[in-house]
Amino acid sequence: MATVLVLVTTADGSADKVALQALALGRQLAAGGAVHALVIGDAGVAAGLGAWGATDVHLAQHPALDAPAPDAAARILDDLAGSLGADFVIGPGTEEGNTVLARAAARGGLPFAANCTVVTPGSPVLVTRARWGGSLLEEAAIVAERAVLTVAAHVLEAVETGGSAAVTAFTPQLDDADLAVRVVGRVPAPSGGVSLSDAKVVVSGGRGAGSADGFGPVVELASLLGAAVGCSRAVTIAGWRPHTEQVGQTGTKIAPELYIAAGISGATQHLAGCKGAKRLLAINKDPEAPIMTAADYAVIGDMAEVLPAISAEIRRTRGA
Amino acid sequence: MRVLVCVKRVPAVAGRITLTEDERAIDTKYVGFQVGPHEECAVEEAVRLVEAHGGEAVVLTLGPAEAIEQLREAMAIGAARAIHLVTGGEEWDAESTAGAIVDAIREDEAANGPFDLVLVGNEAADSGGYQVGVRIGRALGRPTVTGIKALSVADGVARAEQEAAGGRNVFEVRTPAVLAVLEGINLPRYPSVPGRLRAKSKPVATSSPARPAQRLDLRRLVVPVAEAKQAQVLGRGPEAAPAVVELLASVGVL
Repeated sequence: MATVLVLVTTADGSADKVALQALALGRQLAAGGAVHALVIGDAGVAAGLGAWGATDVHLAQHPALDAPAPDAAARILDDLAGSLGADFVIGPGTEEGNTVLARAAARGGLPFAANCTVVTPGSPVLVTRARWGGSLLEEAAIVAERAVLTVAAHVLEAVETGGSAAVTAFTPQLDDADLAVRVVGRVPAPSGGVSLSDAKVVVSGGRGAGSADGFGPVVELASLLGAAVGCSRAVTIAGWRPHTEQVGQTGTKIAPELYIAAGISGATQHLAGCKGAKRLLAINKDPEAPIMTAADYAVIGDMAEVLPAISAEIRRTRGA
Repeated sequence: MRVLVCVKRVPAVAGRITLTEDERAIDTKYVGFQVGPHEECAVEEAVRLVEAHGGEAVVLTLGPAEAIEQLREAMAIGAARAIHLVTGGEEWDAESTAGAIVDAIREDEAANGPFDLVLVGNEAADSGGYQVGVRIGRALGRPTVTGIKALSVADGVARAEQEAAGGRNVFEVRTPAVLAVLEGINLPRYPSVPGRLRAKSKPVATSSPARPAQRLDLRRLVVPVAEAKQAQVLGRGPEAAPAVVELLASVGVL
């Protein structure tokens, strides 16, 4: 039996999906012990966490926490871990989860393992964690009295246990230093267009486009399908398309129903970003390109000829 | 303005990864090396800040003797000098890396005055630890912002934008500060030939810190077994279009 504390991050009144996956791991590691969940601010989310495996929910409420403040969150997490004597402190492997857990570990003088896929209790605790955006795995030991880690996104399933848990609301102790880093404003996403990370269909072009102009057929097909436009890192480095369209380890991770990758060779960096696609259609001159080993469907040919032909065929069938 | 930018030499992994015999590193017999993408942008950002505000950009790495190549690249773009914390080639965990960098910062600042900004990549391209910047900031008592896609500095305040659901979060922190940046914050320039020549004579301070006991102790690397897919070939060239459209219809995206 172990004592586990899970940070459940929230957005727009819901628990983050990856945070519920972290809670599922927390429940496994507790092995019948207490599964504490910490929620900052959102009472509605806190009330629902018993159904996802939490046995005790802690709701931190503080007037200064209306805006995200990662050092404040880390302090609350670290203080609570100390008072509970937690063996594991777990968070979601998201940008927010990783920064808060890293800060909590730094604060507590502890090591931190980001993006774990497997956690084996013991002395020491053993973890498997994602490197290179998941293209390589690392097995490592956490040599510390408390294991601080995040769970890689979408590796484990969240488990609805249907249980219930008491919520304890409290006002955390915070100093000015904890609030020095705090969100002071928002820049809304540009409206219009389809968001790459949420798109049902993504059409991407790679080096095979040959130039910025070579993206015309990519954009045309995307607009016919109501799809988002994507590209590979080679394309953003060349300045042909903006980085906001980059699919990859250092770009956006996508999970569409269908991913059409045209003129993309399939480097490790790119595949790390499109692993979540349900189906992959590769369009490439080279039948031996690495992308073919990840593709479900393929068209062997020059994207400059194939894409316009597909667009024309779509128009023809729609006109009929 | 004085800016320190920290970079890491990583293998330029492209296709399938193969490991060394002891399974503790990537076999680099047939791959080159580069600065990680986030850090490449951090170097560009440091140089732009100094171009705009005056001052000095300094590049630091913890890595093997060969990492001098990556330091020279950063100096070719505009960093004035380099700090090389030389390792024996074995990997250091993020906690020990940050500790050695903090010691080096303290030493350099004692001689040359404080850095207004310490820039790092948001996470290392290879080990993906997500924490070196945060640990540096904590140890030096400086505010740290991560995940940065846009940055401006004026009157001792850094304004940093971080990608978040539905838009961007804006942070304003007083300098000195630590900032962890993401690729996309800028489009890095290519080094010029004169830049490369100048870089050869720029000063590099070297030291060899001792590697502490590792608390995130790497035991072994594993290449995940990807299910080798056999792609169904729908056709060749433009003649494949009807088959593609049939596929689009069958998966309900038409």
